[in-house]
Amino acid sequence: MSRSSRLPVQKGIRIRPATGENLSLLALLAVLVVVFSIASPRFLTGANLGSMGFQMPLLGLLTLAMLAPILSGGLNLAIVYTANISGLTLAWTLMQFGGAEAGIGAFMLGCVLALVVGALAGAAMGGVVAYVGAHPILVSLAMMIFLRGLGEFLTRGGDISGFPDYMRILGHGSLVGVPVPLIIFGIVAFGWHMLLRRSPHGFSVYMTGSNMKAAEYAGLNAKRTLVLIYTLSGVLCAIAGILMAARFNSVRVGHGEAMLLITVLACFLGGVDPFGGHGRVAPVVIALVILQVLSSGLNLIGANQHLSTAVWGLFLIAVMVMRSSQLRHTFFFLFGKGK
Amino acid sequence: MTTAEADRYALRLHKVSKAFGGVQALNRVDFEVRAGEVHCLAGENGCGKSTLIKTVIGVHQPEEAELIELFGEKVDRINPVKARELGVSVIWQDLALFPHMTVAENIAFDDLVGLRPRSVRYREMVRRAGDVLDRLGVDISLGASLSDLAIAQRQVVAIARALMNNARLIFMDEPTASLTQTETDRLLDIVRKLSADGVAIVFVSHRLAEVLEIAERVTVVRDGNLVGVYPTEGMTQGRLGELMTGHLIEDEVVARDLPDAPTVFQATGLTRRGEFSDISFRIKAGEVLGLTGLIGAGRTELAHVMMGMRQPDAGQMALNGASYRPANIREAIRGGMAYVSEDRLSLGLLQKQSIEDNTVISVLRKLTTAAGLISDTQKSRLVSHWIRELGVKIGAASDAISTLSGGNQQKVVLAKWLATEPRLLILDSPTVGVDVGARAGIFRIVRSLAEKGLAILLISDEVTEIMHQSDRILHMAGGRIVEEYDPRAISVPQLEEKIYA
Repeated sequence: MSRSSRLPVQKGIRIRPATGENLSLLALLAVLVVVFSIASPRFLTGANLGSMGFQMPLLGLLTLAMLAPILSGGLNLAIVYTANISGLTLAWTLMQFGGAEAGIGAFMLGCVLALVVGALAGAAMGGVVAYVGAHPILVSLAMMIFLRGLGEFLTRGGDISGFPDYMRILGHGSLVGVPVPLIIFGIVAFGWHMLLRRSPHGFSVYMTGSNMKAAEYAGLNAKRTLVLIYTLSGVLCAIAGILMAARFNSVRVGHGEAMLLITVLACFLGGVDPFGGHGRVAPVVIALVILQVLSSGLNLIGANQHLSTAVWGLFLIAVMVMRSSQLRHTFFFLFGKGK
Repeated sequence: MTTAEADRYALRLHKVSKAFGGVQALNRVDFEVRAGEVHCLAGENGCGKSTLIKTVIGVHQPEEAELIELFGEKVDRINPVKARELGVSVIWQDLALFPHMTVAENIAFDDLVGLRPRSVRYREMVRRAGDVLDRLGVDISLGASLSDLAIAQRQVVAIARALMNNARLIFMDEPTASLTQTETDRLLDIVRKLSADGVAIVFVSHRLAEVLEIAERVTVVRDGNLVGVYPTEGMTQGRLGELMTGHLIEDEVVARDLPDAPTVFQATGLTRRGEFSDISFRIKAGEVLGLTGLIGAGRTELAHVMMGMRQPDAGQMALNGASYRPANIREAIRGGMAYVSEDRLSLGLLQKQSIEDNTVISVLRKLTTAAGLISDTQKSRLVSHWIRELGVKIGAASDAISTLSGGNQQKVVLAKWLATEPRLLILDSPTVGVDVGARAGIFRIVRSLAEKGLAILLISDEVTEIMHQSDRILHMAGGRIVEEYDPRAISVPQLEEKIYA
């Protein structure tokens, strides 16, 4: 939003900036889908779409967990390890009740405990950020190292595996053809959208993210907002951790480590202001789909997996360049004159 | 015209025009500055002042110009570097200095990194910078880091930097906007000294009182057109404001007595160590109580205690007859208090956010439905109500607040607080960076609020403002209320003398 406000005022139809952001990302997505469909006949098959639907939700949940702290002007570098520790909590609970033989009640209890652990990790970070005033990067980095160390100590660096069979439904099942993880992600994304865009708490997150002092002068409880948003970020990490355990049928500290920076990338690709205060769930979700399409598509046309990571990086740089207001001004100057 | 005659002008522009897109920023404007003259360029925000300055130094090239002449020489095409070489300097409001460099380095900056850098001899540089400061008659440590200096001292450093470039014509854009009255007086002394040395100064300022004090002539621009050039002798603030805005600005004492009005707020013996002590006063419903005094007198600190942002060490407060001791600003707002901060840019508004979000930020609770969600219809109804009520000029409510002028931004701040339906409104220096026309608009609103029974505490160090808006005036100095005045029984010069003596 702040970007478009710098452009010359255009009379006539007023496209809400957020809608414009969605449209340009959707256009990009459409181009990628067309290109990959032509390049590989297998791209638009049910099997490929299904596998994409199973792969994306994990990264998606962690990205949403990253999104809210960024909106509040911070960052949460501990997302992956929060997810791991929460998964570990679930695994430990299941082990107490017989591992693979554990009943559904034990599983429920494990999930609740996992969510509590995730929430506590988040609340601790939020508390320090809000009341001590320490920089979120440092706080979450410290939390990340603490959780990693703790997790490695508890598991002695190994895996915990052998979960009950019914957990496979969560990780690998489908409901009327839609992968269960994707359904969970959809529900969480919708809830996240409602919380951020429609609730007073969400409003406070955006305001705190653009100027904490001014938000307090206006009577918002910015500190409480920060604690709340890091806590909820931790809860999302815990959901991701439970899903991870169900998908891999094992828990290991460090699982999904590579996703940390990709979540930041997905947020920025989705137009989130790196300094806080602006960004929406919908474009970030579209950005996630774009990243998934890129990775699956490249995989299908036989590109090396590491190459696809490199392409993600190049892609992000290209998007930044295209978004820069300077370039847009130049474009406007060259082609937009007289309109 | 003979050369001798032309020599007497530092700058002559004849019939200069400049357009941006469809907007005629300058329309055949004439502008002349005599050598060694203090000249004021006056006009409301967006009237073309900045464009005019930028045209002189070649940031903008005019579409049309009959004559551009600097120091008696006709100039065809000019650019900022050439302008500086000829002796023209502009000190913009943000000063464009380097906070992490020393005073000496800032003053000598253009020698250090000009297009043709001279070999840097540090000791020589420091000596020359020191000479310039001596010439200005100020005492600032050359080795100090700029970030350690107060804004007034930075202003002096910026002037010194211009002099280091042998400037003979200096444009100063709103130089006093963030200075206190004492600092302003000191700056004006420096300006007079420079003028006596033959340096021409063009002063751009919203503060009409100081315009009339310092300048010999004033050029008024309105909507890109030249209104006229006037000697300041015999000119009044009211007349100048009228020329700038095109309509009459009323400035008369409007103080009233309110014998029957109930007391809204009362402070008794309020003390906060190191900031203020033994403050007692009351504000009645519908009353505008002026609180004046020098910056540092403890005015803002008092407002912060009234808003619960700081806690007093001693004393009592009462709001609507009940004891009042807010633990934080949220309790104060719930109690019916509202506070327009003195720092609109970084505390009063969230510059990155939209006009509508800035308007509703303090009343979210009212807009929230039973489901815990913010109602969009309620929100836009509230926003459009206040936009209309206060006459805020906006494009769309979803535009960023930073797209508005200072006056319209301040109206949004007022809208935000009025939406909370306060009983007492504290206005802390509400017209800083707001131009004459908008200022009158804001005070019209304040007046009508008072008529409706809102109690208002107006904090300001602009004496004319305090005189013409208040029903009663409290004078605060050194953390104490030293005297109370009736605006009808005192004149502006008398009050000025009381405050600055």
